[in-house]
Order: sequence, then structure tokens, then C-alpha cells
Amino acid sequence: MDIVLLLIAATVMVGIIWLAAFVWAVRNKQFSDPKGDSFRILGSDYDDSPKK
Amino acid sequence: MRSNLSESSATIAGAPRSGPIQNRIFLSLPGIHCGNCISAVESSLARFPGVLSARVNLTLRRVAVDADSTVSSRDLVEELSGVGIEALELDADTINASDLDEVGRALLLRVGVAGFAALNVMLFSIGIWSGAENATRELLHWVSALVALPALAYAAQPFLLAAFRALIVGRLSMDVPISVAIILAAGMSLYEVSAGGRHAYFDAALALTFFLLAGRFLDHRARASARSAALELAALEAPRARRIKMGKTEILQVGGIYPGDRILVLAGERIPVDGRVVEGSSEIDRSHLTGENMPATAGTDSVVSAGELNLTGALTIEAAAIGESTRLRKLARAVEIAETARNKYSSYANRAAAFYVPAVHILAVLAFAGWYWSEGDLRLALNVAIAVLIITCPCALGLAVPAVSTVAGGRLFSRNILLKSETALERLALIDTVVFDKTGTLTSGKFKFSDDGSVSRRDFAIAASLCAISQHPLSVSLVKAARDSGIEAARIADARESPGNGIEGRWRDQRVRFGRAEWVGASPNSGNCAFLKIGRESPIKFAYAESVRNDARNSINGFKARGIEVRILSGDLEEAVARVADQLGISNWAARVSPEQKMSEIFELAARGKRVLMVGDGLNDTGALASAHVSAAPASALDAARVASDIVVLGTNLEALNQGHGIARSARKRILENFGIAAAYNAIAIPLAMLGFATPLAAAIAMSASSLTVTFNSLRVR
Repeated sequence: MDIVLLLIAATVMVGIIWLAAFVWAVRNKQFSDPKGDSFRILGSDYDDSPKK
Repeated sequence: MRSNLSESSATIAGAPRSGPIQNRIFLSLPGIHCGNCISAVESSLARFPGVLSARVNLTLRRVAVDADSTVSSRDLVEELSGVGIEALELDADTINASDLDEVGRALLLRVGVAGFAALNVMLFSIGIWSGAENATRELLHWVSALVALPALAYAAQPFLLAAFRALIVGRLSMDVPISVAIILAAGMSLYEVSAGGRHAYFDAALALTFFLLAGRFLDHRARASARSAALELAALEAPRARRIKMGKTEILQVGGIYPGDRILVLAGERIPVDGRVVEGSSEIDRSHLTGENMPATAGTDSVVSAGELNLTGALTIEAAAIGESTRLRKLARAVEIAETARNKYSSYANRAAAFYVPAVHILAVLAFAGWYWSEGDLRLALNVAIAVLIITCPCALGLAVPAVSTVAGGRLFSRNILLKSETALERLALIDTVVFDKTGTLTSGKFKFSDDGSVSRRDFAIAASLCAISQHPLSVSLVKAARDSGIEAARIADARESPGNGIEGRWRDQRVRFGRAEWVGASPNSGNCAFLKIGRESPIKFAYAESVRNDARNSINGFKARGIEVRILSGDLEEAVARVADQLGISNWAARVSPEQKMSEIFELAARGKRVLMVGDGLNDTGALASAHVSAAPASALDAARVASDIVVLGTNLEALNQGHGIARSARKRILENFGIAAAYNAIAIPLAMLGFATPLAAAIAMSASSLTVTFNSLRVR
């Protein structure tokens, strides 16, 4: 049954990685302009680095 | 060494925040709608000298510009109008103060955390439900607790804090029962787990939090882009003025103007302050303030208001009132007051909650008392009471309204109707009176020369050729009419515009004039017309008509067919309103109504028990729009009117409003059905829970089954 402990640890780890990515995305204002971003991804403007 | 390195990199990373950025400018871009607009705005601003960066936010339709101190927002507005994009200056201070973005992001984080924890705990729960025993069950319970408790402590904060605040002032809000359910479920589950019990409700507490937070976030997102009407009105005001002092003009903020100062307003500019004309003559477009379609003549001693547009000539104005005391601001305050009054509308969800909350708590207390009295086991009695609280969890009830409004919102969107307020749909379903504004709503707001054959081709040609030099709306439409009917231009010499009067020139050695009745020597005549005078001949009348929107008649007939009363409230002259009302078959109309009267008229209808849909587009309608039961504005409306109304009709088709009304009625029916479904489900689940048959698995199944039924029923909105 030790495998259960391992699985639980793995589940929680994956969850925490996902959560960290989500927190990073929200803090980085990735969700502040969903409408504009849906157009930007199709645009031909080339970004050297994302504009702030 | 390492620590030094990391310190210095931290300073560099932190530098741009407080460093060289001198100037943060916000511009509102009401016209942008697509990816091309984004790159057009950003590239043209990036080329502007002094601009460091520009970033468009399409959701909020605004651009944030970082620039050095040499750049003024006015330069950028001009730069953008050069590439054909309308931009409005926004007050950066007001925007920072009312920035809802932070609130939205905090909510989104909580939604994410609650969703993450709910999914994980649900996975562990599957193990428990499929029959984990003893040590395994306890382990899974403890892991669930480990994930759920911190997540709840973070994610449920908005409910807990709001409930706490409500209790301090001795009020009961919907947050109180939600908080009670979450705290009791978490606390009891923790106690059960530590005592090695069978039932823990961590998944239910998290699912409840997640659903309710998601609802709040969607609600917040929908309203974040619609800023308050008062804020927009302030933005329309011209923030700068040209003051004349000792023969020199200087440009300064309106706040620096004092009553008695002299201000110069050029043709094409908005008047910055209320005042009196002391020099010059021109025409003033006050259609947005009063609804009068015909530009008014302004000469010495005319009284002008802030927000009016100066059309043809330069005016010098003596300021009478500034900023807070202008008519525009007074109107803005009235709109604010009316809006708070309307927020008192209690939605179906709130009314259902007012009935449901006490009922559920009384049932839970009864279950606790009954079990404690008959079994004498405190822990068992508490368990049953909490099962009752959770199994009646307001999920189905909470979904009954949002599911329908999401579906109906989609259907309305495909018919070009945007809903801005969450309760607009419910309110639209209940209307029994429609009040239309005339200018810009029933009519296109443009003049059309009505060629009834009384004007000869020669006169037409002369008038049209004179008009070619003028930007006055009547002139522009006459030139267009001449082009459409193939009239050739006449040879006019020395044409020049006389601001406030008309245009004059020479034709075959005779003086010709086209303009106001008094100016050409015709008998003064009300209504929309202009006169042409050739030499000593008697003046020839050119009549103009407003063009009624094609779809207005169908829309009005559609409302009448449903038994809804239709009225017109217009600020325009009697004659103009009567003609339009007659064309559309509306017997109930009023003309020359001031913005304040429009508001009081709406309040009076409401006092008589009428539920009014107000449809309008101008600044003079904003008060009425904000105070009506529900309000709509065409997309061509002034920004302030659009912001003050609950519904925006895109495109030019007013018939969409009728279809929207049909959808709203259908949606209302589905909402009531959903409440029926939730009630029926509770009628079965509550007795079972009170008798002690409820398990966490039964609660989870019942919760999802009822939510699915409600969602599927909502899809039937047509």
C-alpha cells in the first residue's frame, strides 16, 4: 500500500505545479484583456519581447 | 558575493516602476473593435516622438501610453485622428481610483484555488466512496483536509468577510448562510476525521465555494468594462480652455478658469464652460444636450452650456460657471442618483434566497433537535443537521438564474443586443410601456432635403454649389442630395460663409444667399428649412425632413402587437416631433422636454405602476435612461447614454429590440421553471437528509444531477 502514499504525493505535487502556473499567469496580467489577446495571437506584428 | 549580486539585480528589476517614466496617459478608444485597430493604434503611437510604449486593451477599449514629459494627451488624440481613429482623453487619476482590474484578478485567483482544491479533493473522495476502509479512509480524509482547509481559508474569504461585516451592522445578507454552511461543513468534517468517522464533506464545501466564486467572477467580468455613467460624462467635457488675458490667449485646464474670464472657442470645438457669448457668431449643435436636431444660432449675449459643439465660427465666451456647477455636471450627478435608486431592484435570485435561507436553517435546526431528542447523541444530531444544510446547498438555486442568463445573453448577442446589467433580462421581460427619444433613435439624426418638386433645378444647383464650402449639417445634406439627383454645379463666385447665418456668393452678377430666414429677408418660419435668395427675387424655401429609420415602424408595430404602450419624449420642437409621430402612428408624444423633465416624466410613469423601457441616445436622455425600469441605447449613441443604459443595440436595426423582448420573456419562463425544479428536488432530498439517509456520495450525486437538469432546461431559451 506504500504506492498509495506515493500517488497522493504525486497528485498534490502536480496540483501545486498547476496552481503555481495559474498564480503566475494571473499576477502577470495574462487575463486582463482576453478580447484583445484573441486578436493579437493572429496578428502579424512581431514582438521581440511582450509589451507591458 | 552571491547576496550582492541578487541585491543589485533586484534594484534593476525594481527600477522601471519608479524610474524614468514621467507620464502615464490613458485614452479611451470607443471605435476600436478588431486586431487591425490594435496594431494601427499601437504602431502610430509608437512612432510618435517621446512615446516609450503603448498598449491597447481591447476589452476595456482604451490605450495606456508611457511617455516622457514632453508628450501631452492632446497631441496623441490628434495623432490618432490623423489615422482615422477617434480617441478621447481620460483623466488618469479617476481611472486609477476606479480601477477594478485588481479586484477582478484577486477574484480569479480565488476561483482558481477553489477549483484546484475541489478537483483534488473530489479525486480523493472517489477512493472513499468506492469503499476505502479504516486506515486508508482515514489517510484519504486527512489528505483531503490538508488540501481543503487552507484552500477554504483563502478562497472563501470574500464570503466570510462580507458576512462578518453584515453581522456587525446587524444585517442578514446572502453571505451569512453561505459562510455558516462552509464553516460548519469544514469544522464538522475536521472533527469527524479526527474522531475516525465515516463522513466528511470537504468536497461539498469546496464545490460550493467554487461555484459561488465562479458566479461572482463572471458577474464582475461582465461589468468591469462598463464604467460608471458619471465617469464618462466627465470625460466628454472639454478638459482645456483657451483663456484670453490682456490680448493673449493661453491654453489651460478648465479648473483654472474663474467666472468672468473670457474664453475663445474655435469652430469644431466643444464649449468648455457654461457662459454667455460676448463676441462672434456661430451655430451651436446642442442635440446631445437637448435633443434639438437643428443647430441653434449663437450671437452676442446667447447663453451656451458646457458640452455643446461650436460648428461654424469662433466665439468668445464670458465664463459663468465652471466644473462642478456646470449643467453637464449637474446632469451627471442626477444620473448617479438615479442609478443608485435603480440598483434597489431585487432580482429573482435575491427574492428566492430571501425565502430559501430561513427555511433551510429552520429545517436544519429542527433536524438537529429531533435527532438529539430521540437518540441523545450530539454528534449524530449535528451530522444530520449539516447534511441537511449541504444537501439543500444553493447550487441548483444558484444556477437557476445565471445558466438562463448566459444562454439568453448568447441568443441576444447573435441578434446584436448586448446586455450590460445582470438583471436587465428580467426587467426587460416585465415592461408594459416603451418610451422612445426621437433624434438619433427613431430618426437617424441626419437631415434629408425633401425634394417635393417646388424647387427648380436651377435654384437647386445654385444652393448646392453655395453649400459646397460649408460644413453645416444642412449644407452637407443638400450637396449630397444634389449629387444623388445628378444636378450640375452652378458657377458661383466669391462664396463665403457667414457664421450663424448662411453662405453668400455671386451668380451671374447677382448676389445670392442661402441660409436662415431672417438673413435672406424671408418671413421667419419654424421647422427645418433654409431659404435661397437670388438678387431681388423672392426667397425660395428649401424644406428638410429628418429621415425616420426604416425599422422603427416595424419595431413600434411589434411592441403594439404585444399590447405594449409606445410613447415619444423629445427635446425637439413640436413640429418636428409631430411629423415623426404621425409617420409612425404614435399618438402619445411630448416635445420640448428638458433632460430633467424627461427624468421626472419617467418617475411619474413608474409611480403610476408602469414598467418603462426607455430608448434614447443623447446626453439629454441619460437621466431618463438611468431612471427607467430598463433602458436601451443604439450603438450610435453618445458614450454616456450607452453607459447609462442596460442594453446596447448594435447595428441600426431597432427591430432587434422586439426580438430581445421575446427572448427575455422566454428566459423569464425558464427561470421560473428552474426554481420549480430546484424546489422539487429539495422536496425529495430534504426529507431523506432529515431522516439521516444522506451520505457525502448521495449529496455529491444529487448536487450534480439537479445542477445538470437546471442547465439543460436553460438551453431551451428561444
